[in-house]
Amino acid sequence: MEYQAKELFAKHGVAVTAGEVATTPEEAQAAAERMGTCVVKAQVKAGGRGKAGGVKLAKTPEEARQHAEAILGMEIKGLTVHRVLIAPAASIEEEYYFSFLLDRANRRYLCIASVEGGVEIEEVAKTNPDAVKQIAIDPGTGVDEAKAREIVAEAGFPDVLTDQAVAMVQSLWTVFTEEDATLVEVNPLARLAGDTLEALDGKVSLDDNADFRHPEHASFTDEAAADPLEAKAKEKGLNYVKLDGAVGIIGNGAGLVMSTLDVVAYAGEAHGGVTPANFLDIGGGASAQVMADGLDVILGDEQVKSVFVNVFGGITSCDAVANGIVGALDILGDDATKPLVVRLDGNNVEEGRRILDERNHPLVTLVETMDGAADKAAELAHAAK
Amino acid sequence: MSIFLNSGSTVIVQGITGGEGTKHTALMLKAGTNVVGGVNARKAGTTVSHKDADGNDVELPVFGSVAEAMKETGADVSVAFVPPAFTKDACIEAIDAGIGLLVVITEGVPVQDTAEVFAYLDGNSTRMIGPNCPGIITPGEALAGITPATIAGKGPVGLVSKSGTLTYQMMFELRDFGFSTAIGIGGDPVIGTTHIDALAAFEADPDTEAIVMIGEIGGDAEERAADYIKANVTKPVVGYVAGFTAPEGKTMGHAGAIVSGSSGTAQAKKEALEAAGVKVGKTPSETASLMREILQSR
Repeated sequence: MEYQAKELFAKHGVAVTAGEVATTPEEAQAAAERMGTCVVKAQVKAGGRGKAGGVKLAKTPEEARQHAEAILGMEIKGLTVHRVLIAPAASIEEEYYFSFLLDRANRRYLCIASVEGGVEIEEVAKTNPDAVKQIAIDPGTGVDEAKAREIVAEAGFPDVLTDQAVAMVQSLWTVFTEEDATLVEVNPLARLAGDTLEALDGKVSLDDNADFRHPEHASFTDEAAADPLEAKAKEKGLNYVKLDGAVGIIGNGAGLVMSTLDVVAYAGEAHGGVTPANFLDIGGGASAQVMADGLDVILGDEQVKSVFVNVFGGITSCDAVANGIVGALDILGDDATKPLVVRLDGNNVEEGRRILDERNHPLVTLVETMDGAADKAAELAHAAK
Repeated sequence: MSIFLNSGSTVIVQGITGGEGTKHTALMLKAGTNVVGGVNARKAGTTVSHKDADGNDVELPVFGSVAEAMKETGADVSVAFVPPAFTKDACIEAIDAGIGLLVVITEGVPVQDTAEVFAYLDGNSTRMIGPNCPGIITPGEALAGITPATIAGKGPVGLVSKSGTLTYQMMFELRDFGFSTAIGIGGDPVIGTTHIDALAAFEADPDTEAIVMIGEIGGDAEERAADYIKANVTKPVVGYVAGFTAPEGKTMGHAGAIVSGSSGTAQAKKEALEAAGVKVGKTPSETASLMREILQSR
């Protein structure tokens, strides 16, 4: 979110006015009293806040309170606004765009800069692509002062701003590398009255894989905005994404689970259009406890009418997975109420199927193929609706 | 023949004394791989006990560095099972030592670390596969990674995939035909070996008659592979893309598997591949059927 990006900017010496975060209209009013004319800005992880009515100018503290009252609780792109940022109104002369990002295609970093228009950068990129400069950055050498000067010259910043721009580019590079970001964006980067350069709004995307180097990043998670089932799954260390359908999905391996979602959605076309309820990858292990945790989360989703367990036993053998399922049903006991369709293949599949057959649990149906099992799960979900 | 890995490959394991390293060293040996030792600076001079493919006891030496292991054993392949925090240094050590093939299994490596390693590869002779991948298997010859060696045997199909379990699923579907080499390139945003690298190698490999390419949502690697196939690949290619029904803006496990905006969707990838003459299946089983038709009409 913007206020968090600005905190990171300030930490690494980027010229920025942080402003104050408010969670109630009264806090917004109090902040405005300290600031004078200010802007009240919705804090959500989504673009287009201005167009959605989430950014308003307030000339008086009373106006700031009214705007905050209107914006707090507002929904922007499906996200509820729980915080507003109160920032002093700035007198903007010109708006620029600047970002560092990971360039996946070329497996290096890219700097994108434009001195023509900030906020409407996507429009500029379409109508006047030459005005949007792209400068490749070698991850081995990074951005030193010479590279920063090259970037500033290439972007075409006004001469009077050159030294400030070089300093800002270097500071933004520090944010990018020190915080393990995959995107650091300043939009707009503003030339204010008096020829000062300031980051008026920004966005930082952080690499979760680098969290072990940044325990402080944990505070950026927006607990209030997270889906309760996703929060529960995260607590149990499960890789879960809540979706909207009726067929709960458990599988091993991100690719196979994504593929399972597709196969269930196709199968659902013949069964009243039922779709997957979630993405859940239990990874390689698939122990009874992990299976029970996964089932527990999925069965807690009221939308779920049937569950499809799709496991390919690679390193994990299918008998371990079958024991996991049986164990999970024992752990859950009467809490397990929805039909389970299980497809097992791969390592030691006969033993896995034998364990499930022998247990003969009334909720469990074993189907041999992935397509057949998806069809059965969709059929059961549709019948239960 | 095969690509990147064969019965002549001599393999060491970085992190051979760790839990994953121990488990998969045993499985690689069982698959017939010539694993000759490993690296762990803190346990240099010791040995680890394993059994070879015939069940005979073997003692594998642990070396202090990749360079030393290569000098003593003549290894030309390293498989890395080291924690994410140490992966960058382990890779740079292997590249500096001049290893021919570096397979990085580790999941959860910070992308800036991988980007740095990738930049470091420039001008060096090492090929890197991964990170966050199942590695590579040339059935009946060698396994450098964690792919179960029991799924399928040797055959005419070359397989390249972003996803581990979809690699296994596809090998299982086509186990009656078998594989020249199956390579899991990993689902991270930055990887060492791409679909295109594998396609180029399969095209040049006389034992590969047809190629299965598995992709998933995110990035534009599949689109670029489609362009490459159109211009350079004469062997039949069948494709599969996972994530048609994935919602926008949500990450599905793999760091790379995220859809943002219109580019990177499964539909866009499917269309790009079809425009390059690649038959694309809607499901893994349909993809296997498409390959089956091609192999049966030979």
